[in-house]
Amino acid sequence: MIGGHDLGGKHGLGPINPEPESEEPLFHAEWERRIFALTLATGMLGQWNIDESRHARERQHPVDYLKQSYFENWLVGLEKLLDEKHLLERANQQQNQQENLRIPDAVGAEKILASGGPTLMPDTALARFGIGAKVTVPKRQGSGHTRVPAYVQGASGEIVDHYGTHVFPDANARGDRRGEHLYSVRFDGESLWGNESQGQSVFIDLWEPYLEATAI
Amino acid sequence: MPHDHDHTEPPSDLELRVKALESLLLEKGLVNPDALNAIIETYEHKVGPKNGAHVVAKAWSDPDFKQALLTDATSAVADLGYMGRQGEHLTVVENIPSVHNLVVCTLCSCYPWTLLGLPPVWYKSAPYRARAVSEPRSVLAEFGTELPESTGIQVWDSTSEMRYLVLPMQPAGTEDWGEARLQALVSRNSMVGVELAKPASTLAQRDAES
Repeated sequence: MIGGHDLGGKHGLGPINPEPESEEPLFHAEWERRIFALTLATGMLGQWNIDESRHARERQHPVDYLKQSYFENWLVGLEKLLDEKHLLERANQQQNQQENLRIPDAVGAEKILASGGPTLMPDTALARFGIGAKVTVPKRQGSGHTRVPAYVQGASGEIVDHYGTHVFPDANARGDRRGEHLYSVRFDGESLWGNESQGQSVFIDLWEPYLEATAI
Repeated sequence: MPHDHDHTEPPSDLELRVKALESLLLEKGLVNPDALNAIIETYEHKVGPKNGAHVVAKAWSDPDFKQALLTDATSAVADLGYMGRQGEHLTVVENIPSVHNLVVCTLCSCYPWTLLGLPPVWYKSAPYRARAVSEPRSVLAEFGTELPESTGIQVWDSTSEMRYLVLPMQPAGTEDWGEARLQALVSRNSMVGVELAKPASTLAQRDAES
């Protein structure tokens, strides 16, 4: 989906106004600290994956997405996931174990953070593109989760690296964990943004289903 | 940061919503309060840009490590003990006189947590996510970073679970410095690519003052 979250190249959003590095606190309010921890802790329950979680934040009216602060979008996403998975109705202190809910304690949580969630998978097919191959990103529609930014759709670039087979977000967001070849693709600034972007390039990680061989 | 919150004003809607949600999750036994504390403790005190500064300073002072880092960053930093959530797969991109690198996530806020901690507000903001890919020079200017016209700019849009870290150029005059001293020149912002590493004089000045 090309939602409010898909921001690359958008105009009119104003200056960045960064806070000086030495002065910026990690959280700007106590509720931010709480929703951050709650989002990570509930993620550990194993009831949804990172792509479902991203999609839950993206599925909002673009005006809401942009008006709300970053952690407010996290809150909206978590409320939505809890609701859609009926987790609060299903859970109670006695039944959680039967429901196969992984509820880590402090040590368990630290272990999960330290191991992370690697997305590299065994190859199940040969890679279609080699380094140096010219590829085009076809335009696409659809309301599902995807990691092809709108600004690169229709553009052509060159494969510069092959990262192996990684979990494919479009399927993973629907609960289908399968892999596709993942590439780093270089696009000339000029081809994306016009002549003023000479000397600039953008590297985007794109999965094989997002790409077609460029017709010569 | 000044604490200018007026304590007589009622809690915000957000504060109440988050509180209600936390109470409900605790009541249902879905989260363990100790786990919440451990998560916060991890990112407030254990994981942060000092990890990345360690990696960069080591790369500046140890050519073999630098080579390993540029070849397979995930393994190279794992050998130093840096691994985990939002750092499962890592690529390090090197700044050289002719090429400057800048990292963004236009779709959300992907960022190498294991080396830099949680992203700052500006990294997650709509203007940065919108402009870093299309007008990197004006973005750099907002951070006070001016590059020669001849320097090419490479922007890395973190659309997958691969995380990117910029290896800034080593400041002139620090060739014989030790790793510990070099670390002080590596800012978080330089490892995202919005700034350069601090000049050697920053430290000389500090030494003179102390």
